[in-house]
Amino acid sequence: MTTAILKQPIEPTAARKPNRSFVHGLITNKKALVGMIVMLVFIALALLAPVLFPGEPSRITAMASLEPSPEHWLGTTAKGQDVLALTVHGSRSSLFVGLTVGFASTFIGILVGLASAYFGKFIDEALSLVTNVFLLLPGLPLLVILAAFLPPGLGTVILVLVVTGWAGSARVLRSQALSIRSKDFVAAAVVSGERAGRIMFREILPNMASNVMSTLLACVIYGIGAQAGLEFLGLGDVSTVSWGNNLFWAGNEGALLTGSWWVFVPSGVCIALVAFALALINYAVDEVTNPRLRKIKTPKNTERSAAK
Amino acid sequence: MTVSQVSFGSHEPVLDVKNLTVKYIGDTRSTTAVDRVSFSIGTGEVFGLAGESGCGKSTIANSIMRLLKDPAKIAAGSISFGGKDVLAMSPEELRRFRWQDVAMVFQSAMNSLNPVLTIGEQIVDIFTTHAGYSRKESLRRAGQLLELVRIDPARLKSYPHQLSGGMRQRAVIAMAVALKPSLLILDEPTTALDVVVQQEIMAQIKELQRELGFSVLFITHDMSLMVELSHRMAVMYGGRIVETAKAQDVYANPRHPYTQALMGAFPPLTGPRVPLTGLPDGVKFRNIPDLTEAAPGHFVAPFGADAEAAVLEGAAR
Amino acid sequence: MRFILRRLGFYLIAFWASITLNFLLPRFMPGDPVSRMFARTQGKMQPEQIEALRKMLGVDTRPLWEQYVDYMHNILTGQMGVSISRFPTPVTEVIASQIGWTLLLGGTALVFAAIIGNLLGILAAWRRGGAIDSALPPLLIFIGSFPYFWLAMGALYLFGVVLGWFPIRHAFTDGLEPAFTWEFIGDVGAHLLLPALTIVLVSIGGWMLGMRNTMIATNSEDYITMAQAKGLRPGRIMLRYAARNAMLPSVTSFGMSLGFVVGGAMLTEVVFAYPGVGYQLLNAVQGLDYPLMQGLFLTITAAVLLANFLVDILYVRLDPRVRSN
Ligand SMILES: Nc1ncnc2c1ncn2[C@@H]1O[C@H](COP(=O)(O)OP(=O)(O)O)[C@@H](O)[C@H]1O
Ligand SMILES: [Mg+2]
Repeated sequence: MTTAILKQPIEPTAARKPNRSFVHGLITNKKALVGMIVMLVFIALALLAPVLFPGEPSRITAMASLEPSPEHWLGTTAKGQDVLALTVHGSRSSLFVGLTVGFASTFIGILVGLASAYFGKFIDEALSLVTNVFLLLPGLPLLVILAAFLPPGLGTVILVLVVTGWAGSARVLRSQALSIRSKDFVAAAVVSGERAGRIMFREILPNMASNVMSTLLACVIYGIGAQAGLEFLGLGDVSTVSWGNNLFWAGNEGALLTGSWWVFVPSGVCIALVAFALALINYAVDEVTNPRLRKIKTPKNTERSAAK
Repeated sequence: MTVSQVSFGSHEPVLDVKNLTVKYIGDTRSTTAVDRVSFSIGTGEVFGLAGESGCGKSTIANSIMRLLKDPAKIAAGSISFGGKDVLAMSPEELRRFRWQDVAMVFQSAMNSLNPVLTIGEQIVDIFTTHAGYSRKESLRRAGQLLELVRIDPARLKSYPHQLSGGMRQRAVIAMAVALKPSLLILDEPTTALDVVVQQEIMAQIKELQRELGFSVLFITHDMSLMVELSHRMAVMYGGRIVETAKAQDVYANPRHPYTQALMGAFPPLTGPRVPLTGLPDGVKFRNIPDLTEAAPGHFVAPFGADAEAAVLEGAAR
Repeated sequence: MRFILRRLGFYLIAFWASITLNFLLPRFMPGDPVSRMFARTQGKMQPEQIEALRKMLGVDTRPLWEQYVDYMHNILTGQMGVSISRFPTPVTEVIASQIGWTLLLGGTALVFAAIIGNLLGILAAWRRGGAIDSALPPLLIFIGSFPYFWLAMGALYLFGVVLGWFPIRHAFTDGLEPAFTWEFIGDVGAHLLLPALTIVLVSIGGWMLGMRNTMIATNSEDYITMAQAKGLRPGRIMLRYAARNAMLPSVTSFGMSLGFVVGGAMLTEVVFAYPGVGYQLLNAVQGLDYPLMQGLFLTITAAVLLANFLVDILYVRLDPRVRSN
């Protein structure tokens, strides 16, 4: 009987369906929209590269170190390669490695995070220890010695980047999975005897979709940036055309000192644009899921409005 | 009957709230948390505000100190304190008004202490900012304050997490009376504590009130506590005041059905056992009209058949 | 104290893991980098030096555990072999002569980026929707999207080559004798500015956003409302109540981001031919100098772990709740 009294007379705003509002929030978010458009443009360029610039992009087609001109929109390298062709073709390797590394690291992160959260106890302790050790080891030196001892090639680059990149996502996803693991509906599923795999992937995982998404984006950004760094140090697969390798050659051929800015500017700007676009989407995901971060509409402050 | 009721002060209002309306502006819709609420508190008077959780009590308290945060907006009404318009104060006036004139013990007093500063530092803060005392003098006075609420002054050097819940609460009460404000707002000051500690703290507050003579806005949903402590009181429901009168009158003769239900929902602290009653399941009030004087000094919102606008939806759902 | 001991144990495990990784890499990786390396250095080395390096890099017929014990012993007593590319200098000496420059560059950049970034984050969160809050985050994220080394290249090209304002390579002018004179210190500063600036520019955004977001969360804590109710001055609430609490997670991420800064400093060193461990690491890679590579990796790791430990000690001083438990 007394329960009626304690009921709220003013109903709280009904919780909307989380997933629908998440997608809706992303689509209507300006930052996310800009980010997605930039990404689509680069993906289209990468797919169309063989059509736009047929043939081997690294072949020598003109005089060396030409400034940008109508024939060579972005000029030529010290070897006489067309910079635009190198840049457009470079997107293929950079995006491929970035996406592969991103998906693989996130996948490992999901497995580790879910296993930690679901099994807890010893398994959690062990996995957390390994994760934290990997997080703490300085990434680039680790990358360098791994790459130096492995046979050079694209596979090595991807493997090395995943080895150094998974721990960050595992940590974030573990803490999120832990908080979902402690919710009542998971406890109910455990009590009702559902299988471990089902609980992890059907009950817990769908509830951390936005965290998985932002982890994935962060991992792709990491993959693209770290690949470029590795290649710039000459530790990539020097024979492929990628943005990092373009920069490696630009440095090697002294493009900076001879003043051929057009050789090193395009690839760097492309890396930055892709990373920025992904960061924008990531930022938007944060905003949509955490309303406190959203831009506050500053209403016309009258003396009636509540002051700070 | 209680000591504080004997010392019932004058009727010159310290605080005068008129037609206060507060809304929470949402993305899709807004809630009116406080709807045309008016009341006043006299010098030395203890005024109680009762009502179930979510009815808008804290929102009123925060409005008085202008502590409302986004998305809350004061949509209409006025608040005047000692003749000054609180809503028109400049930031600097407001800053001085806070704690010097009105102090507050929050509903969540347990969490209202900064975890990384010692209790001492958090009291000294008040003195150095408002009274301009030196650090040393402030510390001395901070020690006295702790003694006032029976905490060992050595605790000045403790961090909040090193104190028990009751001690933290008493430390916050000590802070609230540091500058001898004319009005003290107590927003459910004992909700999070166990019964024994609750009793201790309420006794302490009574004692302080008698010694220092400030007015009190006392917020709770515990009716027996309220009747015991307040001179006058108001009962809120869904952002509206449905009944206001002397606490004794409300206690002896509750008129609004909601007040009656609320009275029945709590056991009296003393006296014979009575069966608890409440509102029947699913009863809701809508469109509560303005108060009318049912007896001298006893105002009640018309309800049931008395007023056409008032709808008593008995077990509608 | 329990907290500190636990962290110390953790760092020891991490260091042990990195030594073990170093031990395993040359032994279990496909291909035979070691013989490639020796092919290059034929004739230069003494037989016993070759023997020692072979053992270190796993050309060894003893059982694995015996090699492991031996390896551990060598590393812990500071015997990391001789450098191939700077033959016959021992690896430890090569590292000792370079690490100071990296500490100078990385340390300067890290401290400036953390201080400026956190201050900006505090201000942005305090004035939600203000100029700093709306303009800076996207701008800093954009700058932060560029690879460290690319910004370094751009800065070197623009300010060094085109404008000629700053020296473009090395840590001090060639031929200048290192000494505690104003001339030398000024020269070092001029060489430091550009590389440090690029690292600061790229990393400042992360600090700012992190601090801003924790500050926003902190601002809705009850003790902030209480501080406002107490009528404290806004500056005091912002710094002593909000920022003081919000900086705790920031201190933790300070330790985490050290690894990143080291990576950034390494790449920047390569661009500016700055004689730190990063530049040396690249030289080691190009010269197939495996002993030096391993030594550098262990040294950098040890430095990062040590810095993290210092951060933990600082954290204990900042958070009374950790102190008493
Ligand atoms: N931050 C908020 N956002 C939206 N609505 C709120 C918020 N805080 C309170 N409310 C609304 O205001 C009503 C009154 O809240 P409150 O004053 O805290 O009640 P009480 O203190 O009586 O329990 C609640 O029912 C709720 O609907
Ligand atoms: Mg309340």
